[in-house]
Amino acid sequence: MTTALGKIKGMGSAKSGTSHWWMQQVTALALVPLVVWFLVSMVALIDADHATMVAWIKNPFVGVLLSVFMVMLFYHLMLGVQVVIEDYVHNELLKMSSLILLKFSIALVGLSGLFFILRITLGS
Amino acid sequence: MSHPDRPLSPHLQIYKWQLNMLLSILHRATGTSLGIGTLGLVWWAWAVSSGPEAYRTFQSAASHPVGQIILFGFSYALVFHSLNGIRHLFWDLGMGFEKKTVTRSGRAVLILSAVLTIGLWLAGYQLAGRISLF
Repeated sequence: MTTALGKIKGMGSAKSGTSHWWMQQVTALALVPLVVWFLVSMVALIDADHATMVAWIKNPFVGVLLSVFMVMLFYHLMLGVQVVIEDYVHNELLKMSSLILLKFSIALVGLSGLFFILRITLGS
Repeated sequence: MSHPDRPLSPHLQIYKWQLNMLLSILHRATGTSLGIGTLGLVWWAWAVSSGPEAYRTFQSAASHPVGQIILFGFSYALVFHSLNGIRHLFWDLGMGFEKKTVTRSGRAVLILSAVLTIGLWLAGYQLAGRISLF
């Protein structure tokens, strides 16, 4: 539903009103078992040397789960950071620039993480 | 917003502190700090992918007492944020909204997150032979 004023100003539903919230929940749901698995694995691998760690990540099952973990984690983080910025930064220019800067940074860090996992998995 | 004469809604310090307020703030605080903590996760992945030497540097930093305290903090934040996140997921299903249930689940999150985190570390230290529980 769009009010007359909303229509004139071009505001109103963009047909994606709940998608941000929905993806936050979907990624959260995926992260619950992934976090349990990751924490238990890290405890089991405490003091593991380099060769052991590489061998573990080279297991295809582990490689896939770690990649999915990276994607879900950073997607979830990006959505979460957006809400925090939108809640506390009210200056429009500052809000937009911090959103872009933070989202770029999160994408950069997240994709790096994914790249390093793949580098181990595909490395000789 | 330029309506300086309008009454302001009561701000945080007006309210009596209660459990759900604390948990809500903690959820955001842990989420934000975990966001910074992802740098550690990526450092770990980079170190493993770079070879034994980079990995050794990572390991010596992670096993240093300061590193261990930081890791303990991040692990607590992760456990707390996950457990309280599950609480949020139930709310989004429309479940557990009764005042009593909310307080009870909040208390459970607070206790469980502490117990689970300490349990994880005890298990790890036991495995590494740094302590011997049995």
